[in-house]
Amino acid sequence: MSEMYVSGQSGIGRLIQALAESGHRVIGPVVRNEALVYDEIDGVEDLPKGWTDLQEPGRYRLEQRGDEKLFGYVVGSASWKQFLNPPETVLWSGTVSPDGFMTDPAPEPPKYAFFGVRPCEVAAMGVLDTVYGSDNGTPSMGMRTATREQTFIVAVNCVEPGGNCFCVSMDTGPAVKGGYDIAITEIVHNGNMRYLIEGGSKAGAKVLEGMVNLEEPTEAELEARDSSLAEAAANMGRTLDIEDLPELLKGNARNPRWDSIAERCLACANCTMVCPTCFCNTVDDNLSLDGTQATRTRKWDSCFTLGFSYMHGRPMREGVGARYRQWITHKLATWVDQFDEMGCVGCGRCITWCPVGIDITHEAAAIRRADLRDTPIGIGGFA
Amino acid sequence: MALPKLAVYKFASCDGCQLSLLDVEDHLLDIASVVHIANFPEASREVVEGPYDLTLVEGSITTPHDAERIHEIRRQSKYLVTIGACATAGGIQALRNWKDTDLFASTVYAHPEYLDTLHTSTPIKNHVEVNFELRGCPIDKMALVEVVAAFVQGRRPNIPEYSVCVECKRKGTPCVMVSQGTPCLGPVTQAGCGALCPSYNRGCYGCFGPMESPNTDMLAAAWQRLGVSHRELVDAFRGFNAYAEPFRIASDHHEALAVAQGE
Repeated sequence: MSEMYVSGQSGIGRLIQALAESGHRVIGPVVRNEALVYDEIDGVEDLPKGWTDLQEPGRYRLEQRGDEKLFGYVVGSASWKQFLNPPETVLWSGTVSPDGFMTDPAPEPPKYAFFGVRPCEVAAMGVLDTVYGSDNGTPSMGMRTATREQTFIVAVNCVEPGGNCFCVSMDTGPAVKGGYDIAITEIVHNGNMRYLIEGGSKAGAKVLEGMVNLEEPTEAELEARDSSLAEAAANMGRTLDIEDLPELLKGNARNPRWDSIAERCLACANCTMVCPTCFCNTVDDNLSLDGTQATRTRKWDSCFTLGFSYMHGRPMREGVGARYRQWITHKLATWVDQFDEMGCVGCGRCITWCPVGIDITHEAAAIRRADLRDTPIGIGGFA
Repeated sequence: MALPKLAVYKFASCDGCQLSLLDVEDHLLDIASVVHIANFPEASREVVEGPYDLTLVEGSITTPHDAERIHEIRRQSKYLVTIGACATAGGIQALRNWKDTDLFASTVYAHPEYLDTLHTSTPIKNHVEVNFELRGCPIDKMALVEVVAAFVQGRRPNIPEYSVCVECKRKGTPCVMVSQGTPCLGPVTQAGCGALCPSYNRGCYGCFGPMESPNTDMLAAAWQRLGVSHRELVDAFRGFNAYAEPFRIASDHHEALAVAQGE
């Protein structure tokens, strides 16, 4: 472990300032439209001080905590993928003229510092790094890679999990496990807000070395950090039993549970839009009316839309049950075949932001209870 | 080579959708350079006779005369596109489909015997074959440019049929139903407006009609958990797209429940 520092809230402000001064666009949690979203921040005063987020299936409310915590909530309504893989990206544009066809120059990748990234969200970025970096990934992700490489990550460990959190099940939290430049843990010690700060990379260590007035933590403060994180791990809002889960899901393609989900699911695609690892997209080609300007735009898509599986004149997954099965089976089973890990990090967004509160942990458990793998061939599995 | 001929026709409607063709400003000259605006009385007195290559039809069928007229327009049109909630679903005036039009006529007009009206307001597709439907009350003007461009370029228009939620999340707006308890028709409504209302902390009104696979039962159940009555659900589904089948079935269902439960 690298050197650990401690400061009060002023140190957090100085850290934001240092990142801005080194040319980063600093993005962090802010309150907007009665929810937490990630947007540009200028200083510590922009952070949602004293707010918390109550999360249940299909329900989210912001409430005042009655304290001075800067990080007394969990994940924002939308994930950081909105910055690394924006909802709409122009892949290329070009103009035809008498001199020939010219493509427009690509924009420079933005230089971000993400401030207040939760451990599950750091893990999600790693999951997408594998997707985009592997041979199986989507091509022409140059912009995402270039942006990602120069993004500075300030992680914040979770000492108070939310109602829909299950990072312990997915082994992604509540303490960040790598892939960050600086990690912060917020503790209350002797009635004071204290911030334990550690570097996780050379770039992070350099920023911390340049900061004045950081103190050395006391033994008691270090102990408070460790016990807060242990307590968080024991207080997850939900659990997902991942034992044998890929085989379970793959072997239950005809489980009647999918029909029950189809009755409840709106196929609105909210779950996939807010998921920090869902990466499916569609590509629109647009040509100006006079046919001289072409633009190819990549947009977030979802396996819940009919257009997503449309081929040879019809959608391959017409029923909503088939669409949900595709989503959860990819996320928790076939993702492992593709990328050697699961595509879920346990952030709970798909549970919270489902307008009808369908719960991925609950559905996986229901399939497990009604496991059809031992029933005759032709009923339970893909056969 | 002669440019394809464009015609614009109006049936029972407010004119808003066809006027969006004039409202495209920067693109209007571009449109005029790729199609010959041959018959568009709102824009020009010059009317060039048919047949037409691309016909835009606004409004719903509400009179016996219009029910005849649309067939002649179809015969004159190679490619017929309906625009707006009136043309694609019957519009707000389709609320008459649940009421007594004779009573309305005698209440409003001194001499209702001069009127010759149908008891229903129905979409164009109920009368003639339609090649493409552009939804919305009103339509999005850039979507209209896209439909004209796609026609000229001989390709399928890039018009989504998924839910408003997809646009809402792409825009980064937190769900108003989940975070504020505001009833929203977004999950059962087709995208196309840019998720306008939720970005102003309002629920969706369903202006673009039902999305591709609307689950109105479950959305209604979620609304009821937010304290919405069957009667209010009837009003919500009976908006600009009241007569679009999924919304019509949902409103009839909740009306029956409202009556049964004495609401």
